[in-house]
Amino acid sequence: MSAPHAGERPSYLGGEYGLRSWLLTLDHKRIGLLYLMGVSAFFLVGGAFAVLIRLELLTPSGDLFQSETYNKLFTLHGIFMIFFFLLPSIPAVLGNFLLPLMIGARDLAFPRINLLSWYIYMVGGLFTTYAMLAGGVDTGWTFYTPYSSTYANSHVIAAALGIFISGFSSILTGVNFIATIHKLRAPGLTWFRLPLFVWAHYATSLIMVLGTPVIAITILLVAVERLFHVGIFDPALGGDPVLFQHLFWFYSHPAVYIMILPAMGVISEVIACFSRKRVFGYKIVAFSSLAIAVLGFLVWGHHMFVSGQSVYAGVVFSLLSFLVAIPSAVKVFNWTATLYRGSISFEAPMLYALGFIGLFTIGGLTGIFLATLAVDVHVHDTYFVVAHFHFVMVGGAVMAYLGGLHFWWPKMFGRLYPEMLARVTAVIVFVGFNLTFLPQFVLGYLGMPRRYHVYPDEFQVLNVLSTAGASILGLGFLMSAAYLPWSLRFGKKAGRNPFGAAGLEWTTASPPMAHNFESVPEVQGEAYEREHVEEELHV
Amino acid sequence: MSETRAVLAHHFESLEQQNEAAAIGMWAFLVQEVMFFGGLFTTYLVYRVLHPGAFAEGSAHLPVALGTANTAVLIGSSLTMALGVRAAQLGRGRQCALFLAATIVLAFAFLGVKGVEYAEKWEHGLIPGVRWSPEAGADARLNLFFALYFVMTGCHALHMLVGIVLMAIVAGRAWGGRYSRANFLGVECLGLYWHFVDLVWIFLFPLLYLLHGHRGGHS
Amino acid sequence: MSESGHVLPLRVYFAVFTALLAGTALTTWVATHDLGPWNDLVALSIAGTKATLVILYFMHVRYASRLIWIFSLAGFLWLMLFFVLILADYQTRVPVPGWAG
Repeated sequence: MSAPHAGERPSYLGGEYGLRSWLLTLDHKRIGLLYLMGVSAFFLVGGAFAVLIRLELLTPSGDLFQSETYNKLFTLHGIFMIFFFLLPSIPAVLGNFLLPLMIGARDLAFPRINLLSWYIYMVGGLFTTYAMLAGGVDTGWTFYTPYSSTYANSHVIAAALGIFISGFSSILTGVNFIATIHKLRAPGLTWFRLPLFVWAHYATSLIMVLGTPVIAITILLVAVERLFHVGIFDPALGGDPVLFQHLFWFYSHPAVYIMILPAMGVISEVIACFSRKRVFGYKIVAFSSLAIAVLGFLVWGHHMFVSGQSVYAGVVFSLLSFLVAIPSAVKVFNWTATLYRGSISFEAPMLYALGFIGLFTIGGLTGIFLATLAVDVHVHDTYFVVAHFHFVMVGGAVMAYLGGLHFWWPKMFGRLYPEMLARVTAVIVFVGFNLTFLPQFVLGYLGMPRRYHVYPDEFQVLNVLSTAGASILGLGFLMSAAYLPWSLRFGKKAGRNPFGAAGLEWTTASPPMAHNFESVPEVQGEAYEREHVEEELHV
Repeated sequence: MSETRAVLAHHFESLEQQNEAAAIGMWAFLVQEVMFFGGLFTTYLVYRVLHPGAFAEGSAHLPVALGTANTAVLIGSSLTMALGVRAAQLGRGRQCALFLAATIVLAFAFLGVKGVEYAEKWEHGLIPGVRWSPEAGADARLNLFFALYFVMTGCHALHMLVGIVLMAIVAGRAWGGRYSRANFLGVECLGLYWHFVDLVWIFLFPLLYLLHGHRGGHS
Repeated sequence: MSESGHVLPLRVYFAVFTALLAGTALTTWVATHDLGPWNDLVALSIAGTKATLVILYFMHVRYASRLIWIFSLAGFLWLMLFFVLILADYQTRVPVPGWAG
């Protein structure tokens, strides 16, 4: 692989200037940055609601907010975090930026559709933001009927419309990635030479395409019900509210795999780089991604064990849910085997990745608890569930996002983030996270229900610990939000491959030029082969 | 006449690669459309299983003769669309545009008939939530059938409208010589979309109109 | 797909068209007879056959790559999964005494 010269051609950040050149760009790298703006803004919004929730929960009585307001807080926290941060974050920011670079292409298959995806996402976000500003929505992010369809007095349709619209952003991204990975790989880059990040995004794209339309139609039906009272989910008119749950979770369970699969892709890349080894069991990890995508569609009923669903269906869903844990566990074993006898260094991305492995394992194991029908009857709708999904979503997906952002930051911007500060921040995030959410497992098991802001006095100590943890976690996030932009101006300039990683993206300039490669590279080696990696020592 | 020229985007190495990528993209898009309507079919399935009487009775209110004729019209539009794609494949831009025009006419015919059916439902007060006054003795769950009838055929009709707009655009381009033997992808993708719209109706028609149809066709 | 090489002869399109019309007439005719539970099966079989013809010939899948075959099947397969598992709930619910069905 020949290394292109960074000299003559301007990078994708230069060349064209001005707002129009960004808002009308067709360059996947600029679009990735547009998404970075969007997801960061929505993360702040979702985070603000989290702050308010944790403040309220410092005391056992509902003294900060009325119940109706509290309902809006956790609803909006969930909606913004899930639909406007977690789902797009890694695929739309890192995936958009890196996929063509990783496969030796000049852009995604459909650049104009890529830009359209971003606009659709932002319009969707605006609708939901409008709903928030107009008074919010209080149904919970899960919009269960018949409350959402008949009785809620809040801005259900506006909020749901925002989600409906941004769903198409997801679908189009999935379509783009699928076509790109099939057709734009460089010569010599066979499927089994692809970085595992690419496999992960392929599997994610399958879920996006197969699952997202179902929530679109579900939202449509809720809107129709709300506007016309036709009875689709209203038991008084013959409808079944549990049908909503089936339709909703058919997408929303695979959705969590949309959130975690790209994160797993990041982890594979980071672990390989900072162990100086190829990923152990490459093919197994690749197939596990696909297995998670497929099996993930068969388990949605585990959210409905106590909803009135048939107990026989519950047993089937429980068994299938045990099965889906297997490929995830397989990945954890493979990452561990990659670490074994590796030459390990502890740069910030690696700290996030190591944290991921531990926290995702805990999150995943507690998922098995929840998949066990009899246990779930006891802990359903308690803080046990809240802790479980925050372990996988924050301890997992968010940590991976931060790790990936740091790992590819020098590539994206040509600047190094401040390493020591980043490592300290990673530790702060890890400690803060655990202090926030470990007590919640205990709270849930002891019986504290979720979505309540009033609780028995004996739960206060654990809640105070959780809020304390949340402030530390928040501090960690704020620190990255501060030094990352700082580094754009004041960070050390980065070379092509500051971490000595294998992968086509590291052969380009930092930041890459607009068309990525001088000439289409030809791939001869396997993935993660280190022979041609140019080590650039940096302090 | 204007020249036809193949437009190769900068990030593709060959027209073949570009066409194949577009084909995969279009099919991936159709897969999500299948799942979109699939959610509605699932809802139909559940309520049909739960309330078979209501569905049979609701179906009896639908005009079988008109529905059958409309199905034939849509199938005809699929034929004209397929012939339009074939014309584009052969580099015959104007012929392609004419076939697309025929498809648009047939599509409007279909929508016209649906409009007549909807108007008739309005008259009989069979639109749940909007104008609902079924006759006495009607099944208590008739609203579920008609809610699904309107949402499913409504979504289908919306997809047809989008298709008509796209057909007009593509027909204009075909007439202007935009497509050639090497570059007819836009027409092909449009064809795929239109055939998908036909596929949805192929299933909607029996499921809505022909339930326990041994009673004679009602108007 | 999109090999401009494979242009189907006109007669194929007209043959499929005729078959589709015949299928439509048939399904309407069968529906006027009471075959009990077989009505549904017949109707869906005819619809499935018509759909297959449209997919194979009008949408050119017959002459397309294996990848396109897989894509054209994937959506329907996924729907089947949805149908089967959701019916696993509705068909196995045990009625609770005192509640309407």
